Amino acid sequence: MLPFAADQSGTGGFEPPSIADFFPAPVLFQGTWLEFNRIMLVRLIAALVLVTFMVVVARRARLVPGRTQAAVEMILDFVRVNVVNEILGSERGRRYAAMLTTVFFGILAFNLTGAIPGLNIAGTSLIGLPVLLAVWAYVTYLSAGVKAQGFGGFVKSSLFPPGVPWFMYILLTPIELLQVLVIRPATLAIRLMANMVSGHLMLALCFAATQYFVVEAAPGLKVFGALTLVASLALTAFEVFVAALQAYIFVVLTAVYISLSVEAEH
Amino acid sequence: MSTAALAAAVVTAATQEPDGVNLLIPHTFDIVWSLVVLIIIAVPFRIWVLPAFQRVLDERAEKIEGGLAKAESAQEEAAAVLGQYQQHLADARAEAARIREDARTEGAQIVADLRTKAQEEAARILETAQRQVEAERQQAVVALRSDVGALATQLAEKIVGESLADEVRRSRVVERFLDDLEADQAAGVATGQGKGA
Repeated sequence: MLPFAADQSGTGGFEPPSIADFFPAPVLFQGTWLEFNRIMLVRLIAALVLVTFMVVVARRARLVPGRTQAAVEMILDFVRVNVVNEILGSERGRRYAAMLTTVFFGILAFNLTGAIPGLNIAGTSLIGLPVLLAVWAYVTYLSAGVKAQGFGGFVKSSLFPPGVPWFMYILLTPIELLQVLVIRPATLAIRLMANMVSGHLMLALCFAATQYFVVEAAPGLKVFGALTLVASLALTAFEVFVAALQAYIFVVLTAVYISLSVEAEH
Repeated sequence: MSTAALAAAVVTAATQEPDGVNLLIPHTFDIVWSLVVLIIIAVPFRIWVLPAFQRVLDERAEKIEGGLAKAESAQEEAAAVLGQYQQHLADARAEAARIREDARTEGAQIVADLRTKAQEEAARILETAQRQVEAERQQAVVALRSDVGALATQLAEKIVGESLADEVRRSRVVERFLDDLEADQAAGVATGQGKGA
């Protein structure tokens, strides 16, 4: 990649993606807490499209589903069966099904924008949204724990896992405290963000390299353009997969954290 | 818009490359807009989308359960009807067998009766015939006897009338007749004894 970097002078040339992609120039309200830029727009579009689509499908929902409704129901079923029922159980999970489903659909929509031409960046690749989602999960599993076991019971079962010799608590309790209060939400947010950032960098790299090879590189190098084009197609497919996978991982972990909080023993 | 933003991004990248750690530190506006889009998604999901799908799913589950129950009851009904039908069939078969048996018995009875009656009739006819024959024979015997007597008398009158024209011959004939009679009686006794029975 270094030799290409040398070309980065004058007009055009190879433009590798950089972290700057995630900090586009503000479009509106620069410098205020309402500063609006490209990524915010992408998020807004994703949210509006998702909500419009889902509301329309829900409005038209019939007993005998059409194709679109069946597809949406398949995803809903996937969350309800493979996440909620499997991890929390159908009885206990009912209270959290709405939250987990909403989070899954939201993350999926924001992740997919990274693979959609024209949008080209995942709404979740900027840390604010993953942090908010993690906070939502955090509040949910903490309140679930307190609701299920009472504050004292929740603290006791979380920080002092039963079946361990007392002196181990000296080691375990700080770790558990850190785990419950910091590590879990932080990893939720950072995992999601980092996956989307790396996905964007890989895709953008392939697109930029293809453009460079085909348009500007020496004739002998143009053949590499085909390679990077194929790679960018494959990576796009891979990004779609990762988008779904990360949405799934986020809700599965949230469900697991809720389950850990609700159960007295784990 | 997108190209403008991209151009701006390029400019930004050229002027100041952001530090990698910035990726982990959210800006206030990032949080604010994230909150906005999350609310945009979460509220309609909570109010319209999820309840609507839940309602449809519940309705469908209910319908399916109702359908299954209906199918089950229909099956039970069919089984009951089949049982009844088989029962009727068995009854009908038994009835038919009984009727056939009755008919056979009755037929045998009728044949036996007819045979008896025929035999009686035949015997009656035979007896009547015999009696008639007997009666006719009797009549014939009576008639024959009277005819023979008359014929004999006529013949005797003819013979006697002709020859009894004169007294002498009459008395002679009578004499001879009486003699014959006596002789006949004597002979008749002898032959009667000889021929006997």
